[in-house]
Amino acid sequence: MALLQISEPGQSRAPHEHRLAIGIDLGTTNSLVATVRSGAPTVLPDAQGRPLLPSIVRYFSNGKVDVGYAAQARQAEDPKNTVVSVKRFMGRGVKDIDHLQNAPYDFVDAPGMLQIRTAAGVKSPVEVSAEILRVLRERAEASLNGPLTGAVITVPAYFDDAQRQATKDAGRLAGLNVLRLLNEPTAAAIAYGLDNASEGVFAVYDLGGGTFDLSVLKLSRGVFEVVATSGDSMLGGDDFDQRVFCWVVEQAKLAPLSARDMRLLLVKSREAKEHLTAHGEAPITAKLSSGEFVDLTLDTETFCRITQTLVQKTLGPVRKALRDAGLTATQVDGVVMVGGATRMPQIQRAVAEFFQRDPLNNLDPDKVVALGAAMQANVLAGNRPQGEDWLLLDVIPLSLGVETMGGLVEKIIPRNSTIPAARAQEFTTFKDGQSGMSFHVVQGERELVSDCRSLARFELKGIPPMAAGAARVRVTYQVDADGLLSVTAREATTGAEASVTVKPSYGLADADIERMLRDSFSHAKEDVHARALAEARVEGERMLEATRSALAADGALLAPEERKSVDAAMAELAAKLGANDHRAIKQALDRLNHATADFAARRMDEGIRRALAGRQIGAL
Amino acid sequence: MQSHFDLFGLQPAFAVDEVRLERAYREIQSRVHPDRFAHAGDAERRASLQWTTRVNEAYRTLRNPVARATHLLALQGVDVAFETNTAMPADFLTQQMELRESLEEATETKNPTALDQLHKRIDADKRGLEKRLAERLDEQRDYAGAADLVRELKFLEKLEAEIDAAYETLE
Repeated sequence: MALLQISEPGQSRAPHEHRLAIGIDLGTTNSLVATVRSGAPTVLPDAQGRPLLPSIVRYFSNGKVDVGYAAQARQAEDPKNTVVSVKRFMGRGVKDIDHLQNAPYDFVDAPGMLQIRTAAGVKSPVEVSAEILRVLRERAEASLNGPLTGAVITVPAYFDDAQRQATKDAGRLAGLNVLRLLNEPTAAAIAYGLDNASEGVFAVYDLGGGTFDLSVLKLSRGVFEVVATSGDSMLGGDDFDQRVFCWVVEQAKLAPLSARDMRLLLVKSREAKEHLTAHGEAPITAKLSSGEFVDLTLDTETFCRITQTLVQKTLGPVRKALRDAGLTATQVDGVVMVGGATRMPQIQRAVAEFFQRDPLNNLDPDKVVALGAAMQANVLAGNRPQGEDWLLLDVIPLSLGVETMGGLVEKIIPRNSTIPAARAQEFTTFKDGQSGMSFHVVQGERELVSDCRSLARFELKGIPPMAAGAARVRVTYQVDADGLLSVTAREATTGAEASVTVKPSYGLADADIERMLRDSFSHAKEDVHARALAEARVEGERMLEATRSALAADGALLAPEERKSVDAAMAELAAKLGANDHRAIKQALDRLNHATADFAARRMDEGIRRALAGRQIGAL
Repeated sequence: MQSHFDLFGLQPAFAVDEVRLERAYREIQSRVHPDRFAHAGDAERRASLQWTTRVNEAYRTLRNPVARATHLLALQGVDVAFETNTAMPADFLTQQMELRESLEEATETKNPTALDQLHKRIDADKRGLEKRLAERLDEQRDYAGAADLVRELKFLEKLEAEIDAAYETLE
């Protein structure tokens, strides 16, 4: 077979050329970007050699944006325009935020997700996060010296659909091809498991700046299987700062504070917390704008006392995850500590006591998530090293359901289901001749709709007239590998189909993202066209290469005329890659995708047939 | 229709070889999982999503005793009728009432040890029922009788979920 007949000189890539892929840990406090170089994951530092990027964004009235250390240095001077811990606001409304009074921002209560009024205009948490991601993308491009195939962005395992969708939108807005959203504890488990060749049951205790996750995983040769996950997406190191802050205000008997003083004391509180990791006491001194002086000393004992309830609060999700996994604490073979907040000695002690074993701290808790994400990105980009193959099986953290009569929730996909997952449920009409049905999609464990998070509402119209209870409306929930939901409803009794597909409402519309991207590029003086062209070419070459290797492996599955149409579509795409038109490339790409649809399905069936055949031979 | 058993190359039976099932599941997953196709074209990614979803559902069904038995009975054309058939033997119902009372008491008195005991008891009851279910399905092929046992097992599963929920109220 002349498999490579359509490849063009100068266009084809070497078959094992390394594709540039990155893993990003988009943290509440700090963010990092990592990649796999010569087989080893490594964090990419900035030009000054600093690995972390503080997740802090400062907006100026002239449109300038500072991200990271520069914004951090001046945060107390300009608190209203300097957004810290924006991750806590992702996919959240104003009513969801605790300690709102202690956050020095001008919030705007927008439908779906809150926004923040800054000197540069009203910004959504998605836009703020995109600024952080953009800096990391630029850092990676400069350091790897080439266009990126894609990125894996990590999210807390306990993030719900709205928070995940918001994160993915932020990635796209930052100009990233988001290969996957990966759960943070799972990323840590990959880095840890591959590094230590671990086998057995592991618990990952991940206390970050703003979120807490506990995942239970089964690690066996080449497979990372998440058995259960639990957590609290509103609990993290920030809350410990908050406790210290409240203690300072109380001890120093301070009057209501200005935004600037509040931020100053929060920074001092964080510094004291960090100091106490290695010292018996920490001084807290500050000069407030009112002229008042704060001069206090916080000792370890007091710190432990005022934060004890927070430490205990993490153990609830630990117990829940173990129950869901059907395990007891002593059946766990190892506990991996992740997140800067796990440096606090009282956390280490509480975890050791609970599991009756010393937790594992041999990987840097700040970097382990980014390293695992880089390893997964490397695999997803197709740089799979021979013999270093692994399979990742993750779950959804929260049940997905639908509202039924009386404001009750019918669960469709239960929590801890392995993703991708789909489940269907049939519903019927309540009245004779009813022509429409309205659905309310919710996420959470409680029985009442009002206690769960509302994800989407939609209507199915055009149900043919029938007696009450005769219509059969099948509602299907599909969760993809990112943990993102889409819902389809279909009436099919009469053959006349009414159907609708929805995505939960928190994300941005594609058009919004495109517009924001255009704005941001014109602002950053990047050439939108050049970028779109480069991306389309990478995508086109990727597809050509994937098709070529598919044909090489399974070309026999195609009839001669089918093969001809695939070859023609490949040749067309190859020709368009040389042209200067990203839209033409996209069109040729779509045609090739269309031409290979049946082939793809057949290859998949064949793969399963072979897997089973192999197993049966092995079993003999 | 291809049964969930066919998918994994297993004989349809209530007694399932968990090691074989897990191995088959992982082997198929390693070929169809979306992580294998993240860099492929749309068509392959879609096919991968559909297959993985189906394999996950089949695996979930075969690992859970109630779901596995329900699937086996459906293959025999027997509907377990969880919603419509609520007839239960009197002694089973009496037992369930007693267990529920113990659960309420343990919840009210916030007694985790009592919950632990109850949990162990349900676990033992479930194992006993599963053993009887295997006999009825795999040996006697008494499908109507098996459906009765599946409904009882489902009862115990629900109670177990309520015990788990009760633990949370203690925390």
